[in-house]
Amino acid sequence: MELMEMTAARLGEEIQAGTITAVQAAEAALNRIKEKDKELNCFITVEEEAALEKAAAVQKKIESGELSGPLAGVPIAVKDNICTEGLRTTCASAMLNDFVPPYSAEAVKKLEKAGMVIIGKTNMDEFAMGSTTETSFFGPTRNPWDLERVPGGSSGGSCAAVAAGECSCALGSDTGGSIRQPSSFCGVTGLKPTYGTVSRYGLIAYGSSLDQIGPIARDVTDCALLLEAIASHDKKDSTSMPREEYDFSSALQKDVKGLKIGIPRDYFGEGLDPEVAEAVRKAADILKEHGACVEEFDLSLVEYAIPAYYVIASAEASSNLARFDGVKYGYRTQEFEGLHDMYKKSRSEGFGEEVKRRIMLGSFVLSSGYYDAYYLKALRTKALIRKAFDRAFEKYDVILGPAAPSTAPRLGDSLKDPLKMYLGDVYTVSANLAGLPGICLPCGLDGKGLPIGLQLLGDCFQEKKILRAAYTYECVRGQFYQPESSRKEGGVRL
Amino acid sequence: MGKIITDEMIDYVSILAKLNLSDSEKKAAGKDMERMLEYIDMLNELNTDGVEPMTHIFPISNVFREDREENGDSREKMLENAPEARDGMYRVPKTVEQ
Repeated sequence: MELMEMTAARLGEEIQAGTITAVQAAEAALNRIKEKDKELNCFITVEEEAALEKAAAVQKKIESGELSGPLAGVPIAVKDNICTEGLRTTCASAMLNDFVPPYSAEAVKKLEKAGMVIIGKTNMDEFAMGSTTETSFFGPTRNPWDLERVPGGSSGGSCAAVAAGECSCALGSDTGGSIRQPSSFCGVTGLKPTYGTVSRYGLIAYGSSLDQIGPIARDVTDCALLLEAIASHDKKDSTSMPREEYDFSSALQKDVKGLKIGIPRDYFGEGLDPEVAEAVRKAADILKEHGACVEEFDLSLVEYAIPAYYVIASAEASSNLARFDGVKYGYRTQEFEGLHDMYKKSRSEGFGEEVKRRIMLGSFVLSSGYYDAYYLKALRTKALIRKAFDRAFEKYDVILGPAAPSTAPRLGDSLKDPLKMYLGDVYTVSANLAGLPGICLPCGLDGKGLPIGLQLLGDCFQEKKILRAAYTYECVRGQFYQPESSRKEGGVRL
Repeated sequence: MGKIITDEMIDYVSILAKLNLSDSEKKAAGKDMERMLEYIDMLNELNTDGVEPMTHIFPISNVFREDREENGDSREKMLENAPEARDGMYRVPKTVEQ
């Protein structure tokens, strides 16, 4: 088996067994990036020498027995809104083109503690604002399944890199679906943890009440192992939640007997691609055949999640992005008259179109006279949405549905109409509003040979339930196609 | 409700947002925002009387910790990212007129 076809867990095993070294694993990833990334553009920054040095240092610790965890020596990619000390972190924005963080995010420190080797920083929508990775200052990432299509977003670089085998796993961040939707489009597995599970310290903020870092990998096992590595209670993040346990891999059992799964009828209405609906329903049937109790129910309020989300996310973004003023870091305009002119020009030149659009909307909904009608209204709606989920989780362990209404759209199609692009987040944003964990894993290919994603949502802190359901489904499904094998076989369907 | 997003409103919001928009950007911003707000107005269909605005998912409020210095002196490191620095400080345009 080729190194870059292995899962992170398998690579880790081989490294522990001594059949390969951490340096060989890093070299394999770096070679694959060299071979493929000109075409795909998954990475913004790769520092080859630094990665190899790090791998060599890790290898020594593995040989001395100091590092013996399941992921030690495994290369990983990190989304470029997560700070890495000494390694450029741009948020895919001209604003942070030269920014080299003086410290690492807590999640990155956890990866390092587990002995993982960061091979590079992945492309994304600018400041994570977008659903296609097309708003990146560094140009769009292409979907490895079809180069004329988007990988989804905003963690499009991370998901496409995993799909293309440039790395076995990656970190992403999810504010309104930014891990789950690109995982769906790229045929990989991505998990958004319960809000507060992974420290946001060092994650460049977009919508602080919604942002969560999470793992992206080739299978459910890798996601569970990565979550174990990065989840922690961190004093540096005041919204970090102490959890009773940080064990997730014990949930990897092929057993859903008696698990109660609800399918929201409201997820299967207008706007959902029939091929996506069919594949998701088939996945539900598989879980039913294996002993889960599956039934349909009315979740309600589904259509209100997107408007509430865009008000809240934009409001928080307008406040969070006020820090980019050309003083302490980031872009500063060349010519200006006085301080305020410098602020304004630096921001106007440094931010891209979508970022400015959301800052404007956010500033408006927070402005005096409109705060109650828009911002507070959205927060009240959020409370109702949370209640609807509370009711659902009284009856069900897991909520099953699609991750996105369609498979990956063509490059250039989405940005023409921002509102239409926003509507694509219909199945993902409510988990962020309610703080819920969600996992997306591939459940088939459509007629065009593009992957379809299955989404499983759990109640807060119930990651283990969705991991068990996802793992069981995955055991039955078997290994998912690689982009190239599917192209050769002309888009085989499950 | 009457038209909210007037040219004056866009000017006002761009002051709040500290953005300099060109005339064509202003026009586009007005159109975008108008359309978004039309859509967001859907929330008015919902009766939210008596519902507390939910700022945070979990009932945690003030999170305190000891006020102890833990991160050491990273002045030089922080200044490496400054667009302009002098004598260990950030350099900014003159802020007080004589």
